[in-house]
Amino acid sequence: MQQVIIDQYSAVICAAAENKSPLQIRGGGTKHFYGNSSFGQKDILLDTTAYHGIIDYEPTELVITACAGTRLADLEALLAQHGQMLPFEPPHFGADATLGGCIATGLSGPRRVAAGAARDFVLGTRLLDGKGRDLRFGGQVMKNVAGYDVSRLMVGAMGTLGVLLEVSLKVLPKPPFEITIQMPMDEAAAIEKMNQWASKPLPISATCYVEGVLFLRLSGAESAVRAAQIKLGGEELAGGKDFWQSVREQSHDFFQSDKLLWRLSIKSTTAPILLPGKQLLEWCGGLRWLLCDASVGQEIIRKTAKNASGHVTLFRSNALRNAVFHPLDPAMLEIHRLLKEKFDPSGIFNPGRFYSEF
Amino acid sequence: MTLHELVNKLHAILPHEAVLYETEDLRPYECDGLSAYRQLPLVVVLPHTEEQIVKILQLCHATSIPVVARGAGTGLSGGALPHVQGVLLSLAKLNQIIAIDSLARMARVQPGVRNLAISEAVAMYGLYYAPDPSSQIACSIGGNVAENSGGVHCLKYGLTVHNIVKLRVLTIDGECLEIGGESLDSAGYDLLALMTGSEGMLGIITEITVKLIPMPEKAQLVMAAFDDVLKAGNAVANVIAAGIIPAGMEMMDKITIHAVEEFLQAGYDLDAAAILLCESDGSDEEVADEIKQIYSIMQQSGATKISTSRNEAERLRFWAGRKAAFPAAGRVSPDYYCMDGTIPRKRLADVLRGIEKLSLEYGLRCMNVFHAGDGNLHPLILYDANQPGELERTEEFGGKILEMCIRAGGTITGEHGVGMEKINQMCIQFGTGELAMFHAVKAAFDPTGLLNPGKAVPTLHRCAELGAMHVHRGEEKFAELPRF
Repeated sequence: MQQVIIDQYSAVICAAAENKSPLQIRGGGTKHFYGNSSFGQKDILLDTTAYHGIIDYEPTELVITACAGTRLADLEALLAQHGQMLPFEPPHFGADATLGGCIATGLSGPRRVAAGAARDFVLGTRLLDGKGRDLRFGGQVMKNVAGYDVSRLMVGAMGTLGVLLEVSLKVLPKPPFEITIQMPMDEAAAIEKMNQWASKPLPISATCYVEGVLFLRLSGAESAVRAAQIKLGGEELAGGKDFWQSVREQSHDFFQSDKLLWRLSIKSTTAPILLPGKQLLEWCGGLRWLLCDASVGQEIIRKTAKNASGHVTLFRSNALRNAVFHPLDPAMLEIHRLLKEKFDPSGIFNPGRFYSEF
Repeated sequence: MTLHELVNKLHAILPHEAVLYETEDLRPYECDGLSAYRQLPLVVVLPHTEEQIVKILQLCHATSIPVVARGAGTGLSGGALPHVQGVLLSLAKLNQIIAIDSLARMARVQPGVRNLAISEAVAMYGLYYAPDPSSQIACSIGGNVAENSGGVHCLKYGLTVHNIVKLRVLTIDGECLEIGGESLDSAGYDLLALMTGSEGMLGIITEITVKLIPMPEKAQLVMAAFDDVLKAGNAVANVIAAGIIPAGMEMMDKITIHAVEEFLQAGYDLDAAAILLCESDGSDEEVADEIKQIYSIMQQSGATKISTSRNEAERLRFWAGRKAAFPAAGRVSPDYYCMDGTIPRKRLADVLRGIEKLSLEYGLRCMNVFHAGDGNLHPLILYDANQPGELERTEEFGGKILEMCIRAGGTITGEHGVGMEKINQMCIQFGTGELAMFHAVKAAFDPTGLLNPGKAVPTLHRCAELGAMHVHRGEEKFAELPRF
């Protein structure tokens, strides 16, 4: 049954390659807002939700393998039944979010700062390349250096290199105990404190600074969390779980706006960024969400991010989106073009959605 | 171009003492840590700046001369084995720690810096670099990136790929790529992941920015002896099932226990069929809680003897035996050959039984040390290179172990790399489609194939000649039948 679906996908790819007609690869459609608006009239939709289900999950191996069309919510619910989780806390942005979309966009949530990103937990992938070939890279074990790490290359590639079929992920136990503490302070102090604390062996699993208040989530054994709470001070927040969920899913009041939402991923110790608009900080200051009017030039925002040793993405915009991702320098762009050509020689996978050049 | 002409051109780039071409000077570079493979290069160059490397690469590119990069030469898969017609590019002189940013928790270093030297340099800030391969006192960080090295703590702290943030890489034509950044992610494809573990096939790494993490307040170790390997394997699963991610979890089999106990008296139980070392680290409270839990899990899992380290000296003594497994192998046998497969942990007992059977079949002893937390198995085959045919038999035995790892749903290399050594087993682990894609990725970076030719990825022709059958996990006939 499942192989029939793969054969169908493969046939669609081969036909598209022959006719050079672009394919828009789509799972639950929850991250449709993300990336360049590159959808052409003649594009063919490749719906990846038909290939879904858990292939292998053995809690004591800390590895799960699932079809890319599996709903992220279903996968996380299964892990939760066994006291485990996806440590990178991927945002869903909708009930229908799929594992494939989660990996293709490569987005990670609040716990990223402590646990690692989506790419850190990918162990293996099965995918269809631009010739419709069924390929497997990596595997289901944690240590594996046979062959180039093509699996991790797929993370955040916006579907431009292949159609993901299956993904194997490392999972971790859920922390037995979590609390959130809050403390008012100014932004410069918050940035410094977050980084100082991150240099110490403290069980901080998430940080957020918004509207003059610093929020910290502490996770681990209750004894360790309570001991850290005494060291850190601050006031315990009731409903901490909902707070982090609202940051992860961008349902927090901060994000309720029609303005442009920029995502600045920069060196965490960068001093407060003085740009018009309002900001929310995560990841010890390494991630700064900027809400501002379209009148604030993208050049100044890009320059700010670059000067802070990072990059910027236009995360949400109601207008037609182009050049959403930070431009690549010529040498890097050339490598990107060449890699794209190897995986997708006819240029049919989500053309333009990542970079207009491919 | 004659050797003389090449040397002249290199002398225009480098000081005379940084170009070696006399046989006696080349000799120390004929092999890496896998000494069974030896080859003299045409020339060895020892640049000490990135600028010099750019010029060396431009020269080699223009004249089609292969380039093999080498760090400290501690690799165990022949990845730095020289090319007979090529330049061996030693990065050992690029050994400076350029900058340490303690608040941002990162350090910018040159590729020839020793792994342990990074942790030593940042210890004053209460930070360290987590991946700790056994050779960390000698191995270089550049080599670690090339092989995606692990260590005994990677279940909790990750491999090299999880602990670096940025690379400067030169392509074969001397172009510089800045990959990654000082932010937690970067624009474009994840080339940082692609470069890590690429075995010197895609580019030459000239600078690495590593992530530093806070040193845990405390570490403590539980040592448990078992009368059965299966029980020890179950104990590992029980620890994980309890929601504990130990900082380190190592297993040794009987023959290893005896070899190391004879070598240095670590206090191991000689009656045990397997010994498990399980370490907890973190804050005082966390460690106290976790050690209590681990202790009772070991009891419930049928351990015959359990000890908890009472102080730092005792913890290090318990570890000493495990860390001395390789030298101990060298004591009980003239030569040993270290394998590096990874398997799903639940298959451990099957695979160990299979190895035991092969050991009898080939008439060669085999010690097994196991990174039990992450499934990475290091069988050490004991042999004597002076006995005719014994090395060949050893290699065949090793190859069989790797094939067994693939069949068990694992991989032929967990952390040592494919290099020259496991090139044939790549034909079994991957199909022609995957291998073709690896060659295509290589071609995107190095279209003329001058970087480390012949390593890491076999040609399709080689696989065809070998006649090896590619095994897809669970797709072979009667996959459920034991084959060992």
